[in-house]
Amino acid sequence: MMPKKIKTKPYTATRNACKMCTPLGAALVFHGIEGTIPLLHGSQGCSTYMRRYLISHFREPVDIASSNFSEDTAIFGGGDNLRLAIENVARQYTPEMIGIATTCLSETIGDDVPMILDGMDKKVDPTILVHVSTPSYTGTHVDGFHGAVHAVVERCNPVTEKTTDALKTRKKINVFPGMLSNEDIRHLKEIFTDFSDVRTPIDTQSPDAIKNGIDSYAMGNNTEFTILPDYSERLEGPSWEDYQAIQKGGTPVREIKAMNRATASMEFGSILASTVDQGEKSAGSLLKERFDIPLASLGIPVGVKATDLFFERLEELTATPIPEKYKKQRGRLIDAYVDGNKYVSRQRAVVYGEEDFVVAIAGFLAEVGIIPVLCASGGKSGFLQKALEEILPKNILEQVTVHPGMDFTRMEQTAGALEPDFVIGNSKGYTLSRHLNIPLVRVGFPIHDRIGGPRILHIGYKGAQELFDTIVNTLLQRRQDTSKTGYAYM
Amino acid sequence: MSDTIKDTKTIKPGGVDTLDPEKIKKELLSRYPAKVARKRSNQIMVNKKDDTGKTPVMGANVRTVPGIITQRGCSYAGCKGVILGPTRDIVNITHGPIGCGFYSWLTRRNQTRTASDADDNYMPYCFSTDMQDEDIVFGGEKKLKAAVQEAYDIFKPKAISIFSTCPVGLIGDDVHAVASEMKEKLGINVFGFSCEGYKGVSQSAGHHIANNGIFKNVVGKDDSIKEADYKINLLGEYNIGGDGFEIDRILDDCGISVVSTYSGNSTYDQFANSHTADLNTVMCHRSINYVADMMEIKYGIPWIKINFIGGNSTAKSLRKIAEYFGEEALIQRVEAVIEAEMPEVERVRLAVKKRCEGKVAMIFVGGSRAHHYQDLFNEIGMRTISAGYEFAHRDDYEGRRVIPDIKIDADSRNIEELKIEKDDDKYRARKTDAEIAALKAKGFEFKDYKGMSIDMENDALLIDDISQYETEQLLKLYKPDLYCAGIKEKYAIQKSGIPMKQLHSYDSGGPYAGFKGAVNFYKEIDRLVNSKVWDYLEAPWQTNPELSAKYGWE
Repeated sequence: MMPKKIKTKPYTATRNACKMCTPLGAALVFHGIEGTIPLLHGSQGCSTYMRRYLISHFREPVDIASSNFSEDTAIFGGGDNLRLAIENVARQYTPEMIGIATTCLSETIGDDVPMILDGMDKKVDPTILVHVSTPSYTGTHVDGFHGAVHAVVERCNPVTEKTTDALKTRKKINVFPGMLSNEDIRHLKEIFTDFSDVRTPIDTQSPDAIKNGIDSYAMGNNTEFTILPDYSERLEGPSWEDYQAIQKGGTPVREIKAMNRATASMEFGSILASTVDQGEKSAGSLLKERFDIPLASLGIPVGVKATDLFFERLEELTATPIPEKYKKQRGRLIDAYVDGNKYVSRQRAVVYGEEDFVVAIAGFLAEVGIIPVLCASGGKSGFLQKALEEILPKNILEQVTVHPGMDFTRMEQTAGALEPDFVIGNSKGYTLSRHLNIPLVRVGFPIHDRIGGPRILHIGYKGAQELFDTIVNTLLQRRQDTSKTGYAYM
Repeated sequence: MSDTIKDTKTIKPGGVDTLDPEKIKKELLSRYPAKVARKRSNQIMVNKKDDTGKTPVMGANVRTVPGIITQRGCSYAGCKGVILGPTRDIVNITHGPIGCGFYSWLTRRNQTRTASDADDNYMPYCFSTDMQDEDIVFGGEKKLKAAVQEAYDIFKPKAISIFSTCPVGLIGDDVHAVASEMKEKLGINVFGFSCEGYKGVSQSAGHHIANNGIFKNVVGKDDSIKEADYKINLLGEYNIGGDGFEIDRILDDCGISVVSTYSGNSTYDQFANSHTADLNTVMCHRSINYVADMMEIKYGIPWIKINFIGGNSTAKSLRKIAEYFGEEALIQRVEAVIEAEMPEVERVRLAVKKRCEGKVAMIFVGGSRAHHYQDLFNEIGMRTISAGYEFAHRDDYEGRRVIPDIKIDADSRNIEELKIEKDDDKYRARKTDAEIAALKAKGFEFKDYKGMSIDMENDALLIDDISQYETEQLLKLYKPDLYCAGIKEKYAIQKSGIPMKQLHSYDSGGPYAGFKGAVNFYKEIDRLVNSKVWDYLEAPWQTNPELSAKYGWE
């Protein structure tokens, strides 16, 4: 079957957008760095709106300061406001870092933020100031996210930093996972810790072993890792025993500063990799360029194929075999794929969200036999089609309509004719699913009409398992709900 | 923590009376640089009421200091989100980059109910021109025109409005020119708002811009007189959680007819016809008192302040409306409604009061709610020991008598003040001078609001535009039994082990207005302050460390 050519009239106005603005992504990144306060250089409304949006997904405190532009500031420039804001944030919170992201307001008037910041570093020392340019009229929240990760790594790893090979004897990996859920980040940490603990069997009969009384296993391989950003604790913490000005958790700044001494970097996102190929900078590419640290770029590991690739690269980078636990997880997953195949095979899904996320989810759906009939995103990097071509088998790809730069209204118009069985993506697709009268499987960000959005696991074998079970059960529920008899055996 | 308030560390709920509010104020200011502390010290006041009813001068409606994490929103949020957000049949187009439109897309909990499925409701939509780099460089007017045309072609709405975001004013897009051009071309009402986010001190500026726009562009367009007795407008009621529906139900039972609500569950036609009402009743004084004034000058509609939050407050407000119209049939019908509704309110109130009496609350929201909700707490025996508004002005704290004394600063000057004159054709005195005088002689108060401070205890702490930092300090020092604010504060409060109720969105609950609303609220507060969920905060091994260190048989 050839992809249906669906004509939607090109619209000028965006109706029900499938993207958020650039500074939001940056603000989220800064929440993933220990002791960091984000500060938006613009109107106070930007901070308020983005706080509210992040809070309604995470159900956690999210503090974002603002340089509170007034009409005068908009006319005469925001330098004084920004300097005052930095000083006040530093006094109230004594943060390790202040992450400054611009808004469309400060970008439009052309504030020269690096110049404004000149000298402020010393004034608020030891607080580190990081600046990322995030005009909301360019790109989406994902661009703000990657931009902030890059800015932090760049600021903390100046080119003058000398590295010696001696420091590189220990295995150390930088991980830039992109915009994942808290549970995803926790799972990544678990995987890396497990890899670090793998003990390599040694020859117990060797003279050394006999002499030193070593049993059958050596110590773990001690691979160290730094995940940036890591908001999994700060944005999902327990109740406070003591008042916390800035919630605990996040990637420690000293670890970010040591990224230039790593043995490798790993960066998720095939779209991100494509933009890097085109000359854009990412955190991983910067470290490669400045410090010659090898960069492993791969898609977000959702589904068995992408996760296999992830573990393969991990085995290479750590020279350590995959721990038994993950082999078992994979085994169970494939077994479930077989068991559930009858429910999902040839089902049709609408997938939307951030471009990289869409690619990853579409790849997973295809491998279990679901056709991602519409792959849509508000982003328009120009690489969505190519990335999907790379990940989807030809027979599936032929049935897929790809739409970058799409809003939910056009998505709805397009989706109807594709006869989808369900929708998969964030809460904003609820209206679409309601109008099409098909279920919505909630994944990604933002999820603010269900509890536990940050606890959804997408990555790894375990993530694929959870996604698979959820999708199958959603489809079964649907069958029950629409059945006249109401079978309890399905 | 400074030495001065060390003794507060051990304060348990209910023990707040031993705290010296002046010392708390000092503590709140201690971390600020001198200049900021000076400014904030005018906005943190220990309540003192003198015999003449005067209360402390509040430094309200002043710009937040950069770097202080405020709960305030911007002008755009007040205009598009709050005032025009609840109106269902105007297509609202955000002119700007995508964020502003996205974040204001169906996020407030104002409800709407169309008369039939065929009626227009654009509230689930978020329209944006989604400006890109090239629009910022070359201007976005062309794109805006195309967007208006598109909206018209698809929906054929009664009206289209345009909301400016920050970059629009800076690049010089003239939304008003676009609006009048498209109005001419399409033959429907199209109007724009210059509500750029950097204008004014808070969302309050946006309310003003929105209300002025509605007054200028919509009110008075339909002169037909509705066939009904006792016609009123309900101003400053936004139908959060269905509050407006409950108020409508009660008014309907009383035989009082609502011409237009500003702007909960509202429609374009209601605004256009609202100048035909015979009384304006004002709920949220902050967001709309000037509209009531303008309608009085131009059309001759008197206004009164009312409050439907709280069972007794509702009864009082109904009686006030009946007294205004002065007809025995209405007065009796209102009394009958109150008599029928109050027993259930009383039953629940007394049951809940047993469990809530003596507990203390703090309220930091809005321009009116921080005041109105104190009535509900009073009814169940709870005290409000600290409160403040997010975006109110001095008169909302100190009463309307201070209006002549309010200094106009650069920020308020930027917001257009409409020059209103009597409309000779449409002006109609609703009461004779003698009737008004007679009502006044009986103690009936027109256009009066005495503010929040006077209704609060001496020594209560009044804090305007409370910051996130101050909020967290306050919790640490006072440990109140309940804290009411919005979603931005919510989780920090709950993490501190203190129950929290959102009074912006009602935590998706409600209604809390009117008689049924009061019952809902009593039950909700009972659930919050008496919840057992907090008992799990500490695990047994935390309180009994020896348990985890021993084996069971030891």
